Amino acid sequence: MSENAVLQTALAILLLPIVSYVILFFFGKKLPRRGDWLGTGLLGVAWLLALRIFCHFWSVGDPQLRVHGAWPWLDLGGFRIDAGILVDGMTAVMLVVVTTISFFVHMFSIGYMHGDRRYERYFAFLGFFTFSMLGIVLSSSLFFLYVSWELVGLASYLLIGFFFHKPSAAAANKKAFLTNRVGDFGFFLGILTFFTVCGTLDYFELFAKVHQGAIGGALLTWAGIGLFMGCVGKSAQVPLHIWLPDAMEGPTPVSALIHAATMVAAGVYMVARLLPLFDPGALLVVAYTGAITAFLAATIAVVKTDIKKSLAYSTISQLGYMVMAIGVGGAAYGMFHLTTHAFFKALLFLGAGSVIHSVHSQEMPEMGGLRHKMPITFWTFLIATMAIAGVPLLSGFYSKDAILGAALSFGMLEGHFAPFLLALLAAGFTAFYMFRMVFLTFTGKPRDHHKWEHAHESPWVMAGPLVALAFLSIVSAGWRGPADGWFARFVAPYDMERVVARYGDAPAAQVAAVHETAAAHDVAEASGHGAPETHAAPETHATTDAHATTDAHDAHVEHVHHQAHLIAMFLSIAIAGLGILLSWLTYQKGRISAAAALARFPRVHNVLQNMYYFDEFYAATVYRGVLAWSRASGWFDRVVIDGIVNGCGYLTRFTSWVIGVFDLRGVDGAVNGVAWLMQGAGEGFRRVQTGRVQTYLVFVCFSVVLLIFVFRAL
Amino acid sequence: MGEHVLSWMTFAPLVGMVVIAFLPRERPTLTKVVAAAAAAVPLLLAFQVFATFDRSTAEMQFVERGSWIAPFNIEYFMGIDGLSVTMVLLTALLSFLCIIASWRIDKAVKGYFALFLLLETGMMGVFCALDFFLFYVFWEVMLLPMYFLIGIWGGPRKEYAAIKFFLYTLAGSVLMLLAMLAFYFNVRNPDTGAHTFNMLHMMDQANHSPWLQLSHVRHLIWIALFIGFAIKVPIFPFHTWLPDAHVEAPTAVSVILAGVLLKMGTYGILRISYPMLPDAALWFAYPLAILGMINIIYGALCAMAQSDMKKLVAYSSISHMGYVLLGMSAFTTQGINGAVMQMFNHGTITAMLFLCVGVIYDRAHHRDIDGFGGLGLQMPVYTSVFSLALFAALGLPGLSGFISEALVFLGAFPTYRTITIISALGIVLGAAYVLWMLQRVFLGEKNPKYDSLPDISARELATLVPIAAVVVWVGVQPSPVLDLMRVTLNNLIATVGR
Repeated sequence: MSENAVLQTALAILLLPIVSYVILFFFGKKLPRRGDWLGTGLLGVAWLLALRIFCHFWSVGDPQLRVHGAWPWLDLGGFRIDAGILVDGMTAVMLVVVTTISFFVHMFSIGYMHGDRRYERYFAFLGFFTFSMLGIVLSSSLFFLYVSWELVGLASYLLIGFFFHKPSAAAANKKAFLTNRVGDFGFFLGILTFFTVCGTLDYFELFAKVHQGAIGGALLTWAGIGLFMGCVGKSAQVPLHIWLPDAMEGPTPVSALIHAATMVAAGVYMVARLLPLFDPGALLVVAYTGAITAFLAATIAVVKTDIKKSLAYSTISQLGYMVMAIGVGGAAYGMFHLTTHAFFKALLFLGAGSVIHSVHSQEMPEMGGLRHKMPITFWTFLIATMAIAGVPLLSGFYSKDAILGAALSFGMLEGHFAPFLLALLAAGFTAFYMFRMVFLTFTGKPRDHHKWEHAHESPWVMAGPLVALAFLSIVSAGWRGPADGWFARFVAPYDMERVVARYGDAPAAQVAAVHETAAAHDVAEASGHGAPETHAAPETHATTDAHATTDAHDAHVEHVHHQAHLIAMFLSIAIAGLGILLSWLTYQKGRISAAAALARFPRVHNVLQNMYYFDEFYAATVYRGVLAWSRASGWFDRVVIDGIVNGCGYLTRFTSWVIGVFDLRGVDGAVNGVAWLMQGAGEGFRRVQTGRVQTYLVFVCFSVVLLIFVFRAL
Repeated sequence: MGEHVLSWMTFAPLVGMVVIAFLPRERPTLTKVVAAAAAAVPLLLAFQVFATFDRSTAEMQFVERGSWIAPFNIEYFMGIDGLSVTMVLLTALLSFLCIIASWRIDKAVKGYFALFLLLETGMMGVFCALDFFLFYVFWEVMLLPMYFLIGIWGGPRKEYAAIKFFLYTLAGSVLMLLAMLAFYFNVRNPDTGAHTFNMLHMMDQANHSPWLQLSHVRHLIWIALFIGFAIKVPIFPFHTWLPDAHVEAPTAVSVILAGVLLKMGTYGILRISYPMLPDAALWFAYPLAILGMINIIYGALCAMAQSDMKKLVAYSSISHMGYVLLGMSAFTTQGINGAVMQMFNHGTITAMLFLCVGVIYDRAHHRDIDGFGGLGLQMPVYTSVFSLALFAALGLPGLSGFISEALVFLGAFPTYRTITIISALGIVLGAAYVLWMLQRVFLGEKNPKYDSLPDISARELATLVPIAAVVVWVGVQPSPVLDLMRVTLNNLIATVGR
């Protein structure tokens, strides 16, 4: 494929879903089958095109292959924004992930949404969602990243609130949008800072500028944290994760789409894509945020009985892993986990959707014993569960293990062991709650016989995607670890030397101050490795020095890296095994009573059931605060400001009345004329109110002429 | 019409008004048709202006000039540049659509449409006039029909609202009058040496008398002009006439009020205050930015507290005009272009919002946000259109409001860091009040009271779709609008800026 062909293909991938949206939105009702085939078909084409791009990048095998096209879009003279498309290895992977999941979700929805009154609208929105997400993936400047970012927010608003006649759905979509906007506030400020200091919004020009040291110190850290706030909102990291569990109000296939391919993946992708803009200080924040999120969400998932809610917290937890991976210098692992997670989490949600479709309930205590009723759903769900729990040979094991390894080596090199420990504990919880879900739903005796009787396997349009995704959940393991697989090479960040040479203003040789993170990336590139060395890089001040010093350093880092991955692998297998074992003993064998365990720690249970009281906290502080401010402003406007205005009016009338009365009573007949005049002035208001303003114009013109004479005389 | 485009645009409605005066009272439809025809002339000419406007120069275009009141050197001097052209287009578009939107007026039809056309003449004249006296006359001509339109065809508290609007604006006009006369007696025409009302002469600092070059004098005149314009924008704390006027005014008048009249405040600052008193403009830039910030945040907070849809939209206007102030106070390319583009975008978006509120008010006869619910199922098309307008108002990318807001922020941040950060909270608050209203009115369970409400009619849709098209088109492809204004505005900040 030529560069042009790649660009055209990418553009086609981007536009196909929006074409689907436009056609279905305006004409969906008139199409046969209300256009579901059209949306699904167009997405299928986009999927094939994405595979084509992917294969091209795979076969060329050059990690530096990058196709960049830009079209002038806005030019103010001295300030311009181009609409750009960027396709590289990372994009190619994301294109495949997004279109694959979206295609299967479309297909699954044909069965799941059958008979809905706004059926065609649903498919239209799915197309719009996919389009917005592809916009994020393909954008080559912060401006269009932000544009697509917000459009994803709108798409999620429309789909989460698809059943908007339910008050809970109507509240959930608002919550999702607003929580995201809070994150976007920081994101936008980050963009503004980079633009103000570096004068550009284009990724590579920015990277070059940052690499050259145009921005540094605390400002760079804060700007990075600002950008990261966008990720915190969109990828549901603590403390802005609260929207995601509520987002379960949307149709279940939409949850699969949001949680696997679109929206939540956007934040992770954004940070990985913009990695050169984050300095170690910002990345530390990223690492801790991710780790805390992974742990907190995993613990909540343990006590949830609603199958979708439990999966929602599982998603938050897994996103925490990805974010942490980027923070500890393993962006490639994070992206790898994003990919594997997309497959098995989409599978889990679609599986849950299949179950819900069949038993018409989301409560796990009302399920049980569905294994034989829904064999395809059961087996595929089990595969996904094993993948997410980290059972060896399945995709999730490799990606999660790589992240844990990176976290451990980060700890060993930097002394921050907390992210690793939190993530390790979260891995145990993950294995536990996922198998709990399987046991409660599919095995054992049915707890609600009526529902069980009516349960049935889903039709092929729904079961087919399950099988396909199960297949992908297994084989995506083949992309394997960063050291030996191609993932690292492709998703690895940028060769800053080349970026600077091509996009920087100053020649690379003249660059004196080399930004620390950027230098570390060079090292990572040079050693052909993933990026865990980021923080290990010595503080170098010239590119040449960096290479000289790090050659010696490299061996040590590699050693630590290797060691960490070995330890992490054994620990993660052990803790996952422990989690599964406990889960089996508790929910399958009944050796351990869950109820008794919870009863022993009522407080812990309470805290977990209430999700650490985040919602309550915001309700008491943010919501109440804003509402109070808003009411206070409204009151101030009505009473104080308008009071002053009206007061002036009354005062004028009152004064003229008093003077009038005084004149009439105090001074007698001779001055009656004056009193009349005063009262006349007082009556002015009333007179104007009766509508005699025509005279005003005459007065104005008259006085203008008069004033002209007066001024002339002066 | 070729040479007198601006005159035709300005006075065709006036001709329509005269014709309407002679029409029989018993034939209201004829009156409406004549009004629509009279308003269609400027609209058609607007297309011509858009097509033939020279985007590469900051000079005045479509200039018409002739002596008017010779003893005082008052001229009939009309022309437009990149600053006024978008306003002229906006006025032509909204006026025509508002005539269509007023089709169901049945009280004193002749008077209503006659005044409406007079209003259009006034507005068009303000944006085209290049002679300060002429500008002032048009400014005052506009005031009168507005007063009557609110005072006669308005809601329950129409007298209060109308008089408040009138007195407020009158106070502003008086200050402007004084400033105008101060200029007149201190600016000389370089060719003849006589006093002049010519704005272009007033902009040339070399023509100013020594007295007018004293900085305290200039600051004083600036303040006088500023208060006059601030009332129109309206800028906090001179804004309380706006919610009252909006709530009481009939739908179409609200549209004109928010869509066009508010722009005259900021237009005046950019047309008169900035170029005539550039040093005072710089002196006042920081306070202006702070006022912009207050407008944004305070307007948004007040909007959130409202239970009347029209009041909510009115306060959102205050908030959105804050972006204009913030952008123009920054003296950067992005800032000034964003500001003027925001003037245009706010005009279209807020027009949509008011028209949409009018649609539901015509059906349910109230505008209480909490009195609805679940209209999304009852009136799906209406919901889509209103949602589009609301999302445009909250600055969603792909719709026009986003472009101008983003440009304003990109322009203001380098100049005022803290102010911009606080103002950026407006994007969160804006989303909050918009979505909250959306939820309460359209989502949730259906209110059985409104089971029989019909969806939006074709005529109503016809008034909304053209504006919606502009909103989407400008949001996706902003260049055509920005190209119109770019050269003029860059020239403006180059002469004024630091």
